[in-house]
Order: sequence, then C-alpha cells, then structure tokens
Amino acid sequence: MKAHRRKRLGVILFVAAGLSVAVGLTLYALSQNIDLFYTPTQVAQGEVNAGQRIRIGGMVREGSVQSAADSLAVRFVATDYTNDVPIYHEGILPDLFREGQGIVVEGSLDNAGVFQASRVLAKHDENYMSPEVKAALDAAGTAPESAATRPGT
Amino acid sequence: MIPELGSFSLILALCLSALLGSLPIAGAHYNNPVWISMARPLTAGVFVFLGLAISALAYAFITDDFSVSFVAQHSNTLLPMRYKFTAVWGGHEGSFLLWTFMLAGWMLSVGIFSKSMPEEFVARVLGVLGILIFGYILFMLATSNPFDRIVPLPPADGADLNSALQDIGFILHPPTLYMGYVGFSVVFAFAIAALLSGRMDAAWARWSRPWANVAWAILTVGIALGSWWAYYELGWGGWWAWDPVENPPMITWLFGTALIHSLAVTEKRGMFKSWTVLLAILAFSGSLLGTFITRSGLLTSVHAFASDPSRGFFILGILGISIGGSLLLYALRAPLMKGSFGFEYTSREFFLLVNNVILVVSAASIFLGTLFPMVYQAVTDDLISIGPPYFNTIFVPLMMLLFVFVGIGPLSRWKQTSWTYLAAQLGKVLFASLLVGLIFPLIVLSKFSVAATITLILASWIVFAIGKDISNKVANKRSTLRGLKSLSLSYYGMVLAHIGIAVMLIGAALTSFFSEERSVLLAPGESVELGGYLFTLEGSARIEGPNYIGDEAELTVVNDGKVLTVLYPQRRLYVASGTPSTEMAIDAGFFRDLFVTLGEEKGAGAWSMTLYVKPFVRWIWLGAIFMAIGGTLAAGDKRYRRLRIKAAEKSGRESKTQTAAELQPA
Repeated sequence: MKAHRRKRLGVILFVAAGLSVAVGLTLYALSQNIDLFYTPTQVAQGEVNAGQRIRIGGMVREGSVQSAADSLAVRFVATDYTNDVPIYHEGILPDLFREGQGIVVEGSLDNAGVFQASRVLAKHDENYMSPEVKAALDAAGTAPESAATRPGT
Repeated sequence: MIPELGSFSLILALCLSALLGSLPIAGAHYNNPVWISMARPLTAGVFVFLGLAISALAYAFITDDFSVSFVAQHSNTLLPMRYKFTAVWGGHEGSFLLWTFMLAGWMLSVGIFSKSMPEEFVARVLGVLGILIFGYILFMLATSNPFDRIVPLPPADGADLNSALQDIGFILHPPTLYMGYVGFSVVFAFAIAALLSGRMDAAWARWSRPWANVAWAILTVGIALGSWWAYYELGWGGWWAWDPVENPPMITWLFGTALIHSLAVTEKRGMFKSWTVLLAILAFSGSLLGTFITRSGLLTSVHAFASDPSRGFFILGILGISIGGSLLLYALRAPLMKGSFGFEYTSREFFLLVNNVILVVSAASIFLGTLFPMVYQAVTDDLISIGPPYFNTIFVPLMMLLFVFVGIGPLSRWKQTSWTYLAAQLGKVLFASLLVGLIFPLIVLSKFSVAATITLILASWIVFAIGKDISNKVANKRSTLRGLKSLSLSYYGMVLAHIGIAVMLIGAALTSFFSEERSVLLAPGESVELGGYLFTLEGSARIEGPNYIGDEAELTVVNDGKVLTVLYPQRRLYVASGTPSTEMAIDAGFFRDLFVTLGEEKGAGAWSMTLYVKPFVRWIWLGAIFMAIGGTLAAGDKRYRRLRIKAAEKSGRESKTQTAAELQPA
C-alpha cells in the first residue's frame, strides 16, 4: 500500500470511528430522553407508573383551578372531558393558562395519583391547539369543531 | 387596487424568474453570449417586482386595508405604526414574501459584485438562484398569496398582531435570520455552478468565501437576536431551549461554520473540494428544511401538516427537487474531482478536518433529535417529545472537544507541523489556562466548581493560543505596531471570531451554573433576598398603553445598603385579541442581569413573581457580536478585491485545461 493511500485510509478510519462513537452516544442519549405522551384517559386507566416522566395533554377543567393565597402552589384538573387527572404545580403559570384552555404538563405521577407538574405549557395563540391536546380530545371523541386551525409562523 | 398590483408584480416576477432559471444556464452550456448576458438584467427585474410586491403589502398594512385577509389576521387599527409596518412578516404568507425578497436582494448583490468573475460562471450562479426563486414565487402564488382578499364582507377591524410579537425583537430578529439563512443559497448556487461547469478550483473557493463569511456572520447575529429576544420576552430567564423551531437555524449555522473552514482549505491548499461542495449543499438544505418544516407545521405535528395538504405537498416538492437534485448532481460530478492528499496528522488541514467532523456530527445529532418525534409518531403512532437533556448531553461534550482544537488550529501549520513545535507552542498556553481556570473562580466567585473551572480553562486556552499566535507573527517584525499592521484583515477576522467563542463560552457556562432564581409572593413593603440583592415590592399601579391595559409593579433593588435600581415589571392585556402578556423588567449589566417576571395578583396588592440573578449572561450575545464582526472582517479582506481579476484570469486558464482533463470520463 502506498504511503498516501495508507494515510487516506487512516483518515477515513478515524472519521468512521468518530462517527460511530457519535452515533452510539446519540442513540443512547435519545433513548434516555424520550418523554412519552399520555391522555387523561390513559392515565386514569392506570397505564402510567408513578415516578415515570411523561407529558399529559388536555383542557383545564372549568372551575377546577385553586391557587393558594400565600404561595405559588396551584391545583387544577386536566381533562379530556371523559377522564380527569388532578395536577399540582408550584410556580408561575404561563400567560395563556386559563380555565377551558388546552395545556400540556410535564412531570410525573406521585403515589397518591396526583400529577406533580414540573412545567406547564400553554400556547401563545388561542386558536392554536397543540397536537398533544388535540390528540387527547380526539382519542376521547370530545374535540371541538374548530380545533384544527393553525397560524402561519 | 394596490394589493392587486402586488399580486400582479408577483406574477411578473414569476415570469422573469422562469426566464432567469433557464436562459442563462442554457447560454452557459451552449456558449450563447446573448443568453448569458441576460442573467443580470433579469435578476434586477425579479428584484424590482418583488420589491414592488412587498411595498404593496406594507402599504396595505399602513392603510389598514382589512379586505386583505393577511392584513386582517395580523393587524389592527390600534396597532402602533412600527408594528403595522413590520407585521408584514408577522405570519406565514408575508414572512415568506420577505424571505423571497431577501433572496432577490442577495441575487442582485451577486449581480453587482461579480464583475471580476467569468460571465458564464455568473450566469450559472444567477440561473441556479433563478430556479430557486421561481419555486418560491410559485409556492407563494399557488398556496399562500399574501394579497388574497376577503370577499364580499371584509371585517371592520383586524385581529391584531400576536402580542408576543409586538416588540423590538420582532422588528430585528426575523429579517436578520432570514437574510443569513438565504445567504447560504448564494454559496449553494456557487457550488452548483461549479458542479455544472466542472470548475472546482481555488478561484471558485476564493469567490465563494466572502459570500459564505457574510451569510454566516448575518446568521450568527440573527440567531443571537432570537436568543436575546426569547430571553427577555418569554419570561423564563432562558436563552436557549432547543425548541424545534430554534434548531434548524442552529443546524444551518453549524454546517455553515464547517463550510467556512473547509473553504479555507480549498482555497489555500486545493483540497477538500468535494467535501466543501457537500457542505454548501448541506448548509443550504438545512436552511430550506428549517423554514419549510416550520411553515408546514411538520415539526410540531403531523396533524397540522395533514390539515393543509396542498401547502405541505408543495413544500415537500420544492425540498425534494432542490435537495435531491443537487445531491444527484453532486453524486454524478464529485467523483470526477481529483483531490490531493498531501498532509500529515499534525497539519492544519488535519485539525480543520477534525473541526469539520465535530461540527457536522453536532449538526446531525441536533437534526436527529429534532425530527425523531415525527418519525417515531409515523412508525408507532405514539406522541413523544425530545427534551433539552438530550441536546445538552450530545452538544455540550462535542463543543468542549471542539474548543480544544480551536486552540490548536491557528498555531498549527499547513502540510506538516512537528509534534515538538506544537508542544513547545502550546505548553505555556496550557499552563497559563490551567492557572486561570483554577485560580480565577476562587477569586471572583469565591467558590470552587468543576464545571466553571473546565469552562474557564477552555476559554483561556482559546484566547491564550490566539495571543501566542499573534506574538509569534509579530516577533520577527521590526516593531510590534508594524507587525500588527502587516497581519491581514481575514486573520483579524479569525482572531475576533475565536475570541467570540471564548466570550460566549464563559457567558453560557457561568449563566448556566451560577444563575439563581426564586419564585415568591410579595405584599407591598415586603422584601426578599437573592444572590446578595434585596428586592422590595413598593407597590403596583394600573397602566394603559396604545392597544393594551395592564398592571405595573415597582421593585427597588438594594445592594450593599445602596439603592441599585428600580424595576418595573408589567402584565399586559392586549385589548383586540384578549391575550395577556408578561413584560419582564431587566437591569442589564456587564457582569450580571437582574430580572423580574410578574405572575398574578393574589389580593391586597400582593403579587407572585419570579426573580432571577444571572451572572455573565450578556457575554453570550457579546460573543456572537465578536463572531459576526470577525466573519465580516474576513469577508472584507483585500485579497478578495485586488487579486480577484488576476486570480480569475490565471485560474481560468488553469481550470480550462484541468476541466478538460477531469471531466473526460463523463
């Protein structure tokens, strides 16, 4: 094998080794960081183990929001109008958090069956319903008519 | 009437771009000088008519013409004038018109600043861009015409611009980002023209480099502006969230960064040719994929994509044709390029190759994480999301590795650098960086942290290596000043951009590790302490803006017994749309930001709020500014101007013989 051939092979092997390590690490990181999405009905049917990090999409049930007077703790109920999940969150809620509004919560169920939300997401546009919320309502067969509209940007 | 003129201008621009996409390329192929010479006038025509179209849309906004559906959806009579004007890019249709107009602007500049390149090459470049812009305008006219009317009953008032967009960030960020994004189309067109003509030489790399540098610099500013805007507008105190919409610009930027380094090797050493072309195609694909994924709704949901099939399929068509076509052309032509391979493992070429591999791997892993939820849903029908932990796990270590090489690269030499030379050069640099990394956190932050130490070692490693390189270059000159003057503009560009990396690294790391935040409920007169600052709620008041009403709280910040500043965070309710919006109050500083987000009122004037102290957060954007100035300086190097004609002639002769020899097997 000529010297420059050998060198070229060396570089190609180096690149290939680097790439495979990178691909391996990427796939590992990917498998560790998937947050599965569940609907309130799936949660009510006991498909989720306590402590597992998941996302839940649904509507904030009208009249369910109770905020503490002396702290940032908030309790509310996420619903797909078939089943409910009680949510507990400590922190400031997003601007568009309102009763009857679609939200996505991130966190895990505790042993009492209350969802401890580390993050509450509400979209910046009230016409837009996030795909997770829509999927939840579709699954429960309670989607409103106008749910599919979406702004351009 | 005016909107119809806008529509008509779009149609004329479409016709001209159809000519531009065909005649000059055919002319270059069949050697027809008349067809070749039509490239520049046609480009100017496309630019003028797209300019007329976007002016017509702006006119419709300014005159509150709510019979135009796009205006009715994104404006309101109460909207302040500056936002009426910029609402042009407040939604899909208008922002796509801006995008297309930006491309026309780049094309016009290529037409103007290409006098020294061979005419047939310019014709091919403009022709490729003509095909591209033809696709864009066709897409606009077919699926998203911003001039569509609401007939027969237009609304009396518009729905208002999204309240989150009513901000200086919205005026600056989208145009800058688009301009950077679209700039990579120019580099792409150069690469395709090179593939078409078989002309892949140092002269081609030299012509491409300033365009790549400028596009890269503008994209850097665009991304940084977006990060800055998100930081103060969204209210969670973060500056980067790995949001699916943020990722495509990042992917493009990483490919672009790899590209400008690879172009350097191609220009100086005539190597990495086909790799450079591939990077140009990848960077362009990144920009195209990014904008279209965002627009089709493909990224957030497959449902949104399916709900508008015509737009989605059109987008897929453009994507498939441009990316697939260029990759096909690449596959046919690239093997015919002869690459030489004369370098050692410790040469600058090799270190630049390492840089490229790391950057491309980072871009690919972000791409994977961004698209994975979509693929996963298509296969298993389960919805998932990939959170920031994935991206951080991959991206941070890769960047750390890259920064080690950022230090070594500039000190290494082309072809071959001996280990002893490198070790001698870098020994002191390493020692100094270790010293800074170990001592500095103890003094400034009065605490030890492994993460901060590693960061500071890497940052000073980059800076000291640059310093060493400059002192080497100046050492054998008669005086330091003379030595500094003798260094080229592009060298200073590199220096600034690399220092920018170090500055950004310090900002990003120290903010991430040492930020403090606290959510509290404060009644008037109550205070809370955070990071050595005492925040006191003085009270709150009702406020009224041009198109919103709201509350404003007043907080005094006391540090060391002195009143440092008074912060006024707000909560607004935009009247027309009924959307609430939180306005942060920020006291910005070189070494730290104080940041207050107002939550809600909980009776008796008490407010929930989140307070943040964020050290060194400004350095993130300062670093980006350094990088952008660096890129611009490099593009302004005099060798691109003075040597252009000479080089063109010389390499023109070379490449003719070369081309004939290289392309024979075809």
